[in-house]
Amino acid sequence: MRKTNVLLGSICAATLTIAACGSNSVSQEEATEVTLTLVTHDSFAISDDVFESFHAQTGITVEVLTSGDVGSLVAQTILSAKNPVGDVVYGVDNTFMQRLLDSSAIEPYETPALAHVPDQFELDSTYRLTPIDYGDVCVNYWKDALSGPAPTSLMDLVSREYKSSLIVQNPETSSPGMAFLLATIAGTPDWEDFWKQLRINDVAVTNGWEAAYYGDFIAGGGSRPLVVSYASSPVAELIYADPPVDEPPTGVLLDSCFRQVEFAGVLAGTEHPSESQMLIDFLLSDTFQNNIPMNMFMYPTSSTAELPPEFVQHSQITDTPLFLSPADIEANRQDWTERWVEIVLG
Amino acid sequence: MGEGVNRRTYSEIGWRTVAVVCGVAPIGFLGLFFFYPVINIVTSSLSQGWAGFTDIFNSSRTRDAIWFTTWQAAASTAVTIAIALPCAALMARTSGKAGIWLKALVTVPFVLPTIVVGGAFKELFERLNGSVGVPNLNQTAAAIIIAHAFFNFAVVARTVGAYWAGLDHQLEEQARTLGSSGSHVFWRVTWPRLKPAVFAAGAITFLFSFTSFGVVLVLGGLRQATIETEIFRHAVVRGDLATSASMSVIQIGAVLCLVAVTSHLERRTNVSTQMMRSAIAPMRTGTKTTIAVLSLIFLGSPLVVMVERSFKVADGYGLQSYAALFNKIPQLPTTAIEALGNSVIYALIATAIALCLGVVCALAIVARRDAMGRFLDLAATLPLGVSAVTVGFGILISLNRSPVDWRTRWWIIPTAHAIVAVPFVVRSVVPMLRQIHPSLREAAALLGSSPLQIRRQIDLPLVARGITVAAGFAFAISLGEFGATSFLPRRADTLTGPQAVFRLLSTPGDLLRGQAMALSVVLAGAVAAAVICSELLASKRKGRSEVDMPIGS
Repeated sequence: MRKTNVLLGSICAATLTIAACGSNSVSQEEATEVTLTLVTHDSFAISDDVFESFHAQTGITVEVLTSGDVGSLVAQTILSAKNPVGDVVYGVDNTFMQRLLDSSAIEPYETPALAHVPDQFELDSTYRLTPIDYGDVCVNYWKDALSGPAPTSLMDLVSREYKSSLIVQNPETSSPGMAFLLATIAGTPDWEDFWKQLRINDVAVTNGWEAAYYGDFIAGGGSRPLVVSYASSPVAELIYADPPVDEPPTGVLLDSCFRQVEFAGVLAGTEHPSESQMLIDFLLSDTFQNNIPMNMFMYPTSSTAELPPEFVQHSQITDTPLFLSPADIEANRQDWTERWVEIVLG
Repeated sequence: MGEGVNRRTYSEIGWRTVAVVCGVAPIGFLGLFFFYPVINIVTSSLSQGWAGFTDIFNSSRTRDAIWFTTWQAAASTAVTIAIALPCAALMARTSGKAGIWLKALVTVPFVLPTIVVGGAFKELFERLNGSVGVPNLNQTAAAIIIAHAFFNFAVVARTVGAYWAGLDHQLEEQARTLGSSGSHVFWRVTWPRLKPAVFAAGAITFLFSFTSFGVVLVLGGLRQATIETEIFRHAVVRGDLATSASMSVIQIGAVLCLVAVTSHLERRTNVSTQMMRSAIAPMRTGTKTTIAVLSLIFLGSPLVVMVERSFKVADGYGLQSYAALFNKIPQLPTTAIEALGNSVIYALIATAIALCLGVVCALAIVARRDAMGRFLDLAATLPLGVSAVTVGFGILISLNRSPVDWRTRWWIIPTAHAIVAVPFVVRSVVPMLRQIHPSLREAAALLGSSPLQIRRQIDLPLVARGITVAAGFAFAISLGEFGATSFLPRRADTLTGPQAVFRLLSTPGDLLRGQAMALSVVLAGAVAAAVICSELLASKRKGRSEVDMPIGS
């Protein structure tokens, strides 16, 4: 009987001690040198030595905080405007950026490193959001599963040949799903009619990317040879293939690609504005940029960055992606998705 | 009349003061980490205007979501009880090694990432469709309900099973001697006395299904929105916090009504029994085997799919995916094994906090039959019924200024887990406490025991069974928690197991997928090991002091 109490008591005591230790160690660190916090989404990944080299150059330590997907990152950044959880936000894309630009959560900074960034990526004329990486959302096809030739245009998807072949994501719950809806709005003469025909052509829909890619798509043992995924997915299929392969099993329908650009910005209310600007510069440095492809399967925006051999050899990226302005997207998102629901799910 | 005596005795021994102190600690904790953040986010979002409410009720989509949420949760609860009750009967009668294995098995589903279980069920439905001709249940409400029954099986089987074993079975024996049939004895004698535990387990299952997110998105139809997915859609996809806050208010209102009703039912059917005089009637071996096999098939099928995939490698089967969990790969900020280690540490802390809070709450709820007790009952159950988005965003804007600038501290993660686990602890322990006959406490008081001694020497040992069940739940909930964690800003080295599984599955490639499956299997193994350990500890303690049956005749 007594044992129960001793056990409960010691567990409580241990919990309190652990909690107390945690808070002490953090405050001691803060006193000695500048630590910047980079706030980003859950898909962020970079090699450990990248921020170590930033530390070696500047003496600034970078800590990464991740939370949820892009939408959740933007919502959280706006909610904590002026009293941010970190110093720099990274990973906001062009489908969500207008929402952040409409808030007071980020501050302008025109980094000199923009000199190496092509104009097509500079979507914020107020210089609050700096383009760091980009990638395309495109229809992928499983090469061996196609009976005929691979589709070459968006309009091919509504032809008889590809009946019951395509699987897409719900734009109301999935960010690639939203990007593909935007692709059809930008890339077909009448997007509503396109989706009506796609429905007749038996398009399958899931709520998330995982359920599509690992569900009805061939990769997960399904039967459909076409799926909405990323331009870099074939490279990932190659690198993480089991058994190893020489060529990716999938290809990309380049005519269907919608461009996503990811941005970084200095958070208003940071205690270290000048150090935060140094971090923005660093995100566009070759050290960081060269590290993006293999970690995040995105492409660097800086023209001085070099792609790893796997990307050079196997990735297909279009020079003429489909595109809509961030302001357009924000203004019409609700109408477009509601109309999509009526057409495709109604 | 019995109640009057009960209450007077309590005040005589000065229990009231102890109850007040006991009530204050959990209220303070829940207040700071749950109520303050939730109220703060809801009021600050609604301060932009209440127009959201009229819009919501005018929108057929929202009305559909409210209706669908409610009926699927009710159906999930009914199905879960129907499927899991036979297993509860089996668990009440199974002790020793077999009992421990059974307990471990039914608890495993709790920690499995919904994305993995969703995929496994989807495949299962397709195979059943292809081979036996069962209609394909994918993207139907039936799929959601079956998955909810899978996840909540343990809640009913273990809570009711433990309670059932603790009943006095003399009545059944007498009824049987008088010639009643087996089913007659169950419905007339056992069922009325089981009700408190069934209501408690049913309430948890209902709340779990009511606020379920992953299952609805992965297995449900595309138009099957629930209040929880609508809150997410409005807050995260549309950035419309006012509407999402209005939806949160509706969700909280519905949950409060439900909790009030069930705890009322639970009180009304409150049966305090004598301590066990007769053992539970044995079950026929044939029945036992049938129940065990059916439960095994239901819980095991999705697991088999997952285990099979975790061993699948290029040239057949092997351990490569497991070995890879120790390697650092670019997609994860730490190795998968380190993430698992984090999860285990968080789960231990969350279990400790949830047990302390939950047991204290339960003691106070049972002792106070007044408004205070009822309030505590609601307060301790509500966390299970509030959207993870609301709690996460609430913490973000509330614990944000010194001296409580805690939103990015690592321990906020196990704290959030603990808050989700408290309702499970309370609901597992309250029916057990109510089962204790007041005469036992009165006798102790007469013999000169202080209220604290009575708590320690009578109540705690007698509810040890409930606490063991609750500890298993709390550990499993923390180990498998995904939603609330993902809405908190986290440092890279705080990666948890379920977060790692999700990230592994979000880049294409068979290697990553194999690792995700292997990590899911290890998570399942970890929770099974934890349940087995706690059961072994509990049975050892019982063996030494025989506290479970201090008086028998």
